[in-house]
Amino acid sequence: MDILTLISSAFIMIGSLSIIVGLIGVYRMPDFYTRLHAASIIDTLGTILILFGLIIYHGLTLISLKLLLILIFILITTPTAAHALAKSALHGNLKPTIGDDRS
Amino acid sequence: MSKYDIFFHKISLIISLAVLWVMLSGHYTSLQLFLGFLSVLIVAIISSRMNLIIFDQPILQLYFIKFIPYWFWLVVQVLKSNIDVCKRILNPKLPINPQLIMVKASQVSNLAKVIYANSITLTPGTISIDLDGSNIEVHSLSNKGANGLKAGDMDRKITSAEANPYV
Repeated sequence: MDILTLISSAFIMIGSLSIIVGLIGVYRMPDFYTRLHAASIIDTLGTILILFGLIIYHGLTLISLKLLLILIFILITTPTAAHALAKSALHGNLKPTIGDDRS
Repeated sequence: MSKYDIFFHKISLIISLAVLWVMLSGHYTSLQLFLGFLSVLIVAIISSRMNLIIFDQPILQLYFIKFIPYWFWLVVQVLKSNIDVCKRILNPKLPINPQLIMVKASQVSNLAKVIYANSITLTPGTISIDLDGSNIEVHSLSNKGANGLKAGDMDRKITSAEANPYV
């Protein structure tokens, strides 16, 4: 098996694992805002690792360039969506739980 | 705002659209390149007639080049805070301390402020909720993320990148 294929599949596996961790976080967190934090793991770590693995798999081709573009656009748009959700929740008088210190 | 500025905005829009078209199409026969360039011109004309090009803002494409060192730094920060939040999620005690804090944004232009707020949201553990003048209201998952923001590393880096006179 090709060494690059191995590296790329390792990246994709770790990315999938981080998506699972993010999903667990969405279940475990206490309120809406903290759940957004857990979901942002899926948006950043999951997409970065999976798309990076696919870029390595395809090597230096036009497909990799397109994948890089997809990555950039996702990294610009997902924080905007998360901010819109959080802002509309705050302005809709959904109070965040503050100072639930269990550390 | 001079006449030269408007010209430069339009030219940079046409160039970036043409580069995007060539990257996405993957066809290089002369007829298709001609048709692509025609569509780029039509889009540029329509968007300038619809006032979609904001002439009194700096050119976005140059901004992207200006911030290249910052993007690399940001990716490292995103990976670090990802690992931190992953550890908190997988910890059986769930050691979180959610809090709302105010962070000062010392940037001059609106675009740099948007970049700052978007970077805050992009790093897991902190979400920018409201931008009011030069204060950003941030929801933070833990003390660590809040203290990292209050230390102001990210703010300083964006401000110095914005003030870079060479691009």
